[in-house]
Amino acid sequence: MEFSYIPIILSLKVALAAVIIVACSSIPIAALMAKREFWGKDVVESIITLPLVLPPSVIGFMLLYVFGKNGPLGKLFELWFHTRIVFTLAGAVIAAAVVAFPLMYQAVKVAIENVDQNLEKAARTLGARELRVFFTITLPLALNGIVAGLVLAFARSLGEFGATLMIAGNIPGKTQTMPIAIYFANEAGDTGQASILVIIMTVFSFLVIYGLNRWGKGPRRDTRGGGA
Amino acid sequence: MLKAHFKKKLPTFELEADISLSNGILALVGPSGAGKTTILQCLAGLQTPSWGEINIHGKNVFSSQHGTDVPIRNRRIGYVFQDYALFPNMTVEKNVMYGKPKKGSVPNKVLTAANVLEMLKIEHLRNRYPNQISGGEKQRVALARALMTEPELLLLDEPLSALDQDTRSTLQQELLKLQAQWQIPFILVTHDPQEAEMLGDQIIKLDRGKQEGIRKLHRVQ
Repeated sequence: MEFSYIPIILSLKVALAAVIIVACSSIPIAALMAKREFWGKDVVESIITLPLVLPPSVIGFMLLYVFGKNGPLGKLFELWFHTRIVFTLAGAVIAAAVVAFPLMYQAVKVAIENVDQNLEKAARTLGARELRVFFTITLPLALNGIVAGLVLAFARSLGEFGATLMIAGNIPGKTQTMPIAIYFANEAGDTGQASILVIIMTVFSFLVIYGLNRWGKGPRRDTRGGGA
Repeated sequence: MLKAHFKKKLPTFELEADISLSNGILALVGPSGAGKTTILQCLAGLQTPSWGEINIHGKNVFSSQHGTDVPIRNRRIGYVFQDYALFPNMTVEKNVMYGKPKKGSVPNKVLTAANVLEMLKIEHLRNRYPNQISGGEKQRVALARALMTEPELLLLDEPLSALDQDTRSTLQQELLKLQAQWQIPFILVTHDPQEAEMLGDQIIKLDRGKQEGIRKLHRVQ
């Protein structure tokens, strides 16, 4: 059979969209969780981290329930946008975003917590409001962690299989991303197609991990306040 | 003019501060853990006292009785941190300019980065990053940055403790000069009694949150 590159394009689309969603949502949530104390914080923290430990099939099942034809958000989408989520690329994006979110969240939260609080205090004594402190001090100094989180989230989105299969299905040319294409090509005995995709995914994942490790060892910007 | 009388509960003791200062340098001296930094942080608004009142230039910035707690950014207090707390992601000049009041908000002095940098002899460092300058230079940048906000009170937390003896003596002299020039009250925390004697117009000894002695000196300028 002829090699199809469409799963690669679909995977890249899904991963990119998922990373944008994850970045926009995880940074404010991580900042809030790192900086504020509130009642029930531990419960919220556990819910946020849950997709990291739940089997993909459980996440897929939950997403189907919420975004399905009769699910609360599924109905809303139908009503507002006259479109459905299940068995579309949007479903694959949602599945990827949900599994990638905790990785990005953890990385950003740790990075924000590691910013020297004296620097933030110093900015306040210099007249800065909280938003200015966040955008001029906290965020730039947490940048290393944020970039690491983005790369991990992208890689995780690219590799998402179980939940994606359940909510977006296996529609070649429409929702069939790389991991799903590998599974079904292998099932159908098309080892040629499967092998090429396997090699691409493996090389890419290796490069991500290698790049992160190298970067972690590189000259890091000093996040301390220039202390002696 | 600073008038403050407040208490703050700490894990092992209760801190009580009773400070009155119109001009000159007040040296807060005492061993580690005596509560010196806590006093500065309460004055600046970085910590909240459990009881009391703080007035700066006749303006009430904290009162437990009336529920007043003016945010840090509106207290007009300069703060020099023990480890300088220079922003590592900004050049010396950007650090110094960070707290410059917006045009028109403070009409009494015309301050530019250039003359503050010059006053503290750090013009040549303006494009460097904090990790590219020495401890003494960091201290000058931290001072310049705090003064740039045109504070009505300057708090210095162990500003000279991490410096070598030579740099320390030079900076001690410069602090005295700076105070004479600037004419605002300075509160300086130190664990070194000699430094307190040398710099303080007034000395408060602190031990486990209690003020043990207040001495007013008349320093020969």
